[in-house]
Amino acid sequence: MLADTIRKQLTAIVGSNGFKDDTETLVSYSYDATPLLQAMPDGVIFPSSTEEVSAIIKVCAEHRIPVIGRGAGSNLCGGTIPMQGGLIIVMTRMNKLLEIDTDNLTATFQTGLNTKQFHQAVEAAGLFYPPDPSSMIICTMGGNIALGAGGLRGLKYGTTKDYVIGLEAVLADGSVLRTGGKLVKDVAGYDLTRLLVGSGGTLAILTEATVKLIPKPAYRRAMVAMYDDLHAAAKTVSSIIANRIIPCTLEFMDQPTLQVVEDYAQIGLPVHAKAMLAIEQDGDEGTVEHDLKLIEQICLQEGAIELKIAQSPEEGAKVMEARRSALAALSRLRPTTILEDATVPRSKIAEMVLEVQRVSEKYNVQICTFGHAGDGNLHPTAMTDARNSEEIHRVEQAFEEIFEAAVRLGGTITGEHGVGIVKAPYLEWKVGSTGIEMMKRIKQAFDPDNIMNPGKLFAETRKRMVMNEHR
Amino acid sequence: MTAMINQSEALAERLKLTIDEDQLTNCMRCGFCQNACPTFIETGLEAASPRGRIALMKAVVDGLMYPDQSFQDQMDLCLGCRACEPACPSDVKYGQLIEQTREAIAHERSYSLPVRMARKTFLKGIFPHQGRMRMVGKTLRFYQRSGLQRVVRASGVMKLLPEHLQELEAVMPETSGDGLVERWKSLRLPARSEVTKSGESIFIVPPIGEKVARVGMFRGCIMDVMFIETNVNTVRLLRQAGFEVVIPESQACCGALHAHAGEMAEARTLAELNLHAFADADVDYVASNAGGCGAMLKEYDHLMQDDAAHRELAIQFSNQVKDVSELLSTIGRPLTMQEEIAPKTVTYQDSCHLRNVMRIQGQPRELMRALPGVELCELQGADTCCGSAGIYNMTQPEMSKNVLDRKMEHVKKTDAKYVVTSNPGCLLQMKWGIHRSGLNNEMEAVHLVDLLAEHVRFDAEASGAGK
Repeated sequence: MLADTIRKQLTAIVGSNGFKDDTETLVSYSYDATPLLQAMPDGVIFPSSTEEVSAIIKVCAEHRIPVIGRGAGSNLCGGTIPMQGGLIIVMTRMNKLLEIDTDNLTATFQTGLNTKQFHQAVEAAGLFYPPDPSSMIICTMGGNIALGAGGLRGLKYGTTKDYVIGLEAVLADGSVLRTGGKLVKDVAGYDLTRLLVGSGGTLAILTEATVKLIPKPAYRRAMVAMYDDLHAAAKTVSSIIANRIIPCTLEFMDQPTLQVVEDYAQIGLPVHAKAMLAIEQDGDEGTVEHDLKLIEQICLQEGAIELKIAQSPEEGAKVMEARRSALAALSRLRPTTILEDATVPRSKIAEMVLEVQRVSEKYNVQICTFGHAGDGNLHPTAMTDARNSEEIHRVEQAFEEIFEAAVRLGGTITGEHGVGIVKAPYLEWKVGSTGIEMMKRIKQAFDPDNIMNPGKLFAETRKRMVMNEHR
Repeated sequence: MTAMINQSEALAERLKLTIDEDQLTNCMRCGFCQNACPTFIETGLEAASPRGRIALMKAVVDGLMYPDQSFQDQMDLCLGCRACEPACPSDVKYGQLIEQTREAIAHERSYSLPVRMARKTFLKGIFPHQGRMRMVGKTLRFYQRSGLQRVVRASGVMKLLPEHLQELEAVMPETSGDGLVERWKSLRLPARSEVTKSGESIFIVPPIGEKVARVGMFRGCIMDVMFIETNVNTVRLLRQAGFEVVIPESQACCGALHAHAGEMAEARTLAELNLHAFADADVDYVASNAGGCGAMLKEYDHLMQDDAAHRELAIQFSNQVKDVSELLSTIGRPLTMQEEIAPKTVTYQDSCHLRNVMRIQGQPRELMRALPGVELCELQGADTCCGSAGIYNMTQPEMSKNVLDRKMEHVKKTDAKYVVTSNPGCLLQMKWGIHRSGLNNEMEAVHLVDLLAEHVRFDAEASGAGK
């Protein structure tokens, strides 16, 4: 509960429609899309301008109130859960697309802009913004930037961090920082833009961004390849890349995933197969057709049992839509679905899939695997029940071991969801104690009073990496 | 104050008993429902979204909060359009959750006297009784025909009513005191009356040509009073497509308005009547021409799942329920169209419950596209509720108006002469929308069935031939 004087200060900034702290509001901003996490904020505020954000943060700084930025609340790392209470700043009223600059191929927008709407606007101008997280129908560009979102096109086009070239952000003392610009080349000092991308609200609240755009590829075509052996599919991924082809999408689904996606989307996926690759290439027509022919050969060499090339853009879109709905469809199996994003160098995909299977059996938990195989980013997904604490414990142990395997194979604990609360205990496995120490010093420099999204990124207790079976 | 807390406590306890905890847990809070939700689009507030409302229900069940007045208001604010269900990847039965919550609220809440009277009069006193519905129809018809309506409108008395009620009164169609059977008889079209083995009266209209199937006509209470011509046209179209149409006399209101208001016991009583009426009539299908009623009938299997005596009957019945567009486009014989009708543009507003519960969206469009000279211009956001939502436009006029005005912005862009819908509530709401936007001279809201009837070539209607 905020003191009356503070509530008055906040209401004075945004008006009575912009600040709420009734029970209903507090409960409805106590969660995001992350399973098993919930904590009540002390208030929720809806600013309409950077000036308002700045004024709000000044009030919070004065009273040492935690500040949690939030877009659509669709993240999977607990990034917007107010673990220590505080004020949730909901950015969705700041959702203007300010400019699409066709001379410089950039777009500038307020960060509460919906990702899907942004895509539509950009594509209507004949341009292309590749990062396409599965939640794009609801998520915001600000959330995408704060957590460095990826998507299905990461392999060929990179992720959010490769597109953000300028930011406006409000710092922990309420001052406004502007970084970068409409510039391809810019080495003026430390790259603060890159530092803020993926900082998860722990350094600043992002209010405006400039991203680069690219021309929209003229042609695209999708295909699917079926396998009766999981390894064969994983090996195909490595082979395609080794043959110097970079498809725009190279997605993987295992059999349990196939089954539920088919039940959900009913698009005629062969549910008997052990694994499926959904592959898409874009570019000029000649190159796309040439690449698909080569990919077809590689798939057959690696033991694909069935190949299907989409005969129309609609058919292609449908295949990709099916893959996009995988997480959601999986959640029909059991009440609780926990999705992770362990990532390995793409040459290690087969090994990683095997590791997930081994761990799944060892802890007797159901884990389906799908993911952006082309960039090594897998989504091992556990189907469980939040009400069964014994099973949840086993799931946690299983994921711990999966993260450990990913790091051991030269990978990372999170490819695109961000660290937030969920991965904080494992961060040191990836970045080492020196890495943690440096990150803490950066945090200290930006936010000496620790009011910006406290409790994220840095865990209070560290997990010890245990390589043997028994703990 | 103490009384209010006691009431909240009682409601919390009741909610724990009535709500399906599995469904609550199944919501994984991905938020994919939000962009489908009209009240979230309007407010941008998490609590006014399906994910938010489910979280609030769960918070009550988990003991995190009391279901206070604002909780109840939030549940009331939901249109019940169920657009969140097709959008939900995890297949959460939101419609059931909101009904269970409203049932608990209805059980514990002390309504203000006028609301209590209105609920009692309409939900218990009138809708369940076809005879009383007709009396209302007759009274309204008298009001409209006798000149009383003109007098009332001229007198300015209407100005005393809230704006939305004035406007709704203005667009109300001419009602009828005759039911479908009486109207059919007055048209002197072929039909016969029979009494079933169990003593039920049924009215049978023979098919034209070879019989395709025997279909029970669900006439609906509002449809039969306010849109009697649509009911007549439904029977005409069905028999033209080869259906033998049976109208069981003992059928009742579907109970949708009761269920949406949390009066589940009343809804089950009505369901029982309908289950028996149509089982006795021995039909292959049950035809509905109102998306809201059809969806309710379609879910009798869920409604009656704890009633051992009716469970099986309800499952069979639910499988038989079809929207008239489905019967005409996929089961009946193709209809022949007149060629010489002037070309026009039409647009289609989905009935939420037809689309989201019965999952019918292609068939009405196919039927319209097949009409010579008719161009179907897709309405942006046709899958979003128009704000009618049963009696929502009367209970939540502000939100209903906001949703409707947003809808009309899209309607204007279509340049359509007809705004076509498949449900009486939507039809009235679209009429209200056209009235509100001052488009009375440019467009008209019509039921799909009436549009079809305008175009179909009715052959040999007077003949009772065909077996």
